[in-house]
Amino acid sequence: MNNSLAVVLIASGIGYGTPLLYASLGELLAERSGVLNLGVEGMMLIGAVTGFWTVQRFHAGTAVALAAAVGIAALAGAATSLIHAFLVITLRASQIVSGLALTIFAGAAGLSSYLGNDFNLAANPARHTFHTVFPASWQGWPLVGPIIFGHNVLVYASWGLVVTVWLYLTRTRPGLNLRAVGDAPAAADAMGINVAAYRYAHTLVGGALAGVAGATFTLAINPQWFDNITGGSGWIAIALVIFAFWRPELCLVGAYFFGALQDLAPELQARGIHLGPTVLWTNALPYLMTIVVLVLVSASSTRRWLGAPAALGTPYVREEG
Amino acid sequence: MRGITKRFPGVVANDDVGFEAAAGEVHALLGENGAGKSTLSNILTGLYRPDEGEIHVYGERVEFHAPRDALDAGISMVHQHFRLVDRFTVAENVALGDHRREGRAFRLRSRAIERRVAELGERYGLAVDPRAHIWQLSVGEQQRVEILKALYLDARILILDEPTAVLTPQEAEVLFGTLRELAADGRTIVFISHKLHEVKAVSNRVTVLRAGRNVATVDAAEATPRSLAELMVGRGLGEGVRAAPREAGEVVLALDDVWADGDRRGAAVKGVSLQVRAGEIVAVAGVAGNGQRELAEAIAGIRPATKGSIRVAGKTPRAGDPRAAIAAGIAYVPEDRLGTGLAPSISIASNFALKSYREPPASTGPLLRLRRMRDRALELIKRYHIAAPGPQVPVRLLSGGNLQKVVLAREFSGRPKMLVAGSPTRGLDVGAIESVHAYLHEAAANGVGILLLSEDLDEILTLADRIAVIYEGQIAGETARADANVEEIGLLMAGGQDPRRD
Repeated sequence: MNNSLAVVLIASGIGYGTPLLYASLGELLAERSGVLNLGVEGMMLIGAVTGFWTVQRFHAGTAVALAAAVGIAALAGAATSLIHAFLVITLRASQIVSGLALTIFAGAAGLSSYLGNDFNLAANPARHTFHTVFPASWQGWPLVGPIIFGHNVLVYASWGLVVTVWLYLTRTRPGLNLRAVGDAPAAADAMGINVAAYRYAHTLVGGALAGVAGATFTLAINPQWFDNITGGSGWIAIALVIFAFWRPELCLVGAYFFGALQDLAPELQARGIHLGPTVLWTNALPYLMTIVVLVLVSASSTRRWLGAPAALGTPYVREEG
Repeated sequence: MRGITKRFPGVVANDDVGFEAAAGEVHALLGENGAGKSTLSNILTGLYRPDEGEIHVYGERVEFHAPRDALDAGISMVHQHFRLVDRFTVAENVALGDHRREGRAFRLRSRAIERRVAELGERYGLAVDPRAHIWQLSVGEQQRVEILKALYLDARILILDEPTAVLTPQEAEVLFGTLRELAADGRTIVFISHKLHEVKAVSNRVTVLRAGRNVATVDAAEATPRSLAELMVGRGLGEGVRAAPREAGEVVLALDDVWADGDRRGAAVKGVSLQVRAGEIVAVAGVAGNGQRELAEAIAGIRPATKGSIRVAGKTPRAGDPRAAIAAGIAYVPEDRLGTGLAPSISIASNFALKSYREPPASTGPLLRLRRMRDRALELIKRYHIAAPGPQVPVRLLSGGNLQKVVLAREFSGRPKMLVAGSPTRGLDVGAIESVHAYLHEAAANGVGILLLSEDLDEILTLADRIAVIYEGQIAGETARADANVEEIGLLMAGGQDPRRD
């Protein structure tokens, strides 16, 4: 049973979908505050390279080294997003231009590859990696074994994060304020909410989560470093936020769906089913859908219909008079 | 507040201004646009910081660094443009930013907030369903939410900026009742307005501001609208322009079952039929957002009419083609004069040529004749008394009244048969309003048909020969000025329902 295609795809979808989930939850928080950050891919790569560097150079036990690596990756992602935050919140630059610039600056063939080369990270596989948490015997249990118990700690933490973000948005006062800042910053300002502070904080948290998402690649999914290791996941994460109508619980569904899609072709091949040229389609599907969604969301009328934060992408300036 | 001075680059918005309002008083701040009322209230609510001066609240000197400080001192403001989050419920809006009451804790206690909102609503006759979303509410109800927000925060001082601008006369009456009740409760109400009769009707005392300075504080009971107006303008007023009755000529604009879409999905103009004759001023009255802008744009060719016919002096210009509309003799003064009416950062001379640059004398073949454009601009600046340093100045540097004169000068110089004007005096001071009215009269006297879309009933009653009322994209009624009755027009503007009923 555990070898049936469905179970295998769900399990691997969860594994591959985890970085997408982290990155899209981070982007969701930033967008809910009104800041669109197209630099997710860049921030992920920075997180990936700094996380990997930490496990290679920091000599400690596995648990400590990995915790430090995730922490460093989060910090590095947040630091990268600070550039975007400063440009678009303080200087009111175009969010689209700034985000694209961030990905070019930090992403593949940018800062992340420079760091990777400079530290010669591509030479060795990771010294510490995330492993499954539960004993192997549990993973043999039908159905729940691979789907529930077959994962590393990053996966379980991401489940907790989904619940946390959902509670934060719907049940807390800062969450209410955050939604107001993203929907009607002038109203929030008049009620004594510090719009810029909320935007900075959530953009930085978004960057940190993108950093963690990057580290998930180099420490768990594919424990090594090579240039552009995230392979465009950042873009998929941005599209995911839209697919999910800016709701964390739907981010989880979408992330796992795209994760499973990534594993579909290899899994079928392993079973002797050859898709032939169709394989191009399944591989390209996430990216095609991403392009379609990004086109849709750039038209303001569809954006409203999709339920995007009304002030998404626009800087807030206190009106004179 | 005492001795408040606030300077902006190039302007002193408030120059040593101050007033005192007592608990239990409705205190009006009266002044023309640009007199410094809004700046003063923004200082009171912590949005701006004064360069000089002191604010005392209940005898205690306070300094506001941010809106929150003012809220904590018990000062709340109802802005002219509501500061509400459309997608939130009433209760969520009320609880927003509050850090004292039910929501003090990290957790959001929606039930408790909803209960409290319902209670407050009942006590002050401000009934709204706490669970309704803002976008489902009428403008009057939204204003009630703004007042509830203030009450929820225990505001002792409530500032209302032009609160009646969005209301029908009946809704305004209800609002005045609420304000009196709140004052009787020991709160202080600061009522900002430039409408004389309202100020007189609702307030105990009136502080008049002019050009950023205090002019006087008077008892409302002793003041007359005329004395207030003179204080506000700083000179005696003319009798107001009211031209001799004109002979209406042939029909220049005939709308037959015109439909047009709004910016969001769905029709905004739903089957309007109207006629305007040469030399006649027809006003379309209505609360903002009932399809006036869309109707005007359909006539001007900016927005395609989806159904029906628009005939201009017997011809039918192609729908949705502004150049065809101009060629047919339509002139258009949009309500958004700086955004739609003019190109803000190019010169006055170029703005004058925006509609005529294709033909001589503004151009020869593909070349613009800049000298001729400039000469013409000088001539128009003189004829329309536009206060501008010169024809090469970017129009965005002009004041509201002068902007409107630039638009009118350009539109009239195209020798139109028909002028469509959207709220042409909104936001202007009394002096500028007088001249805009005079230009409209003059044009009508010269045989131009005028369609005036306005929310200002006073203006409509002074200018129009005939009045049509628009409600939700349809003409709800039509009457000649002679038979017009404010009460009845107000009812039609509100969709034929008495707002006092709920």
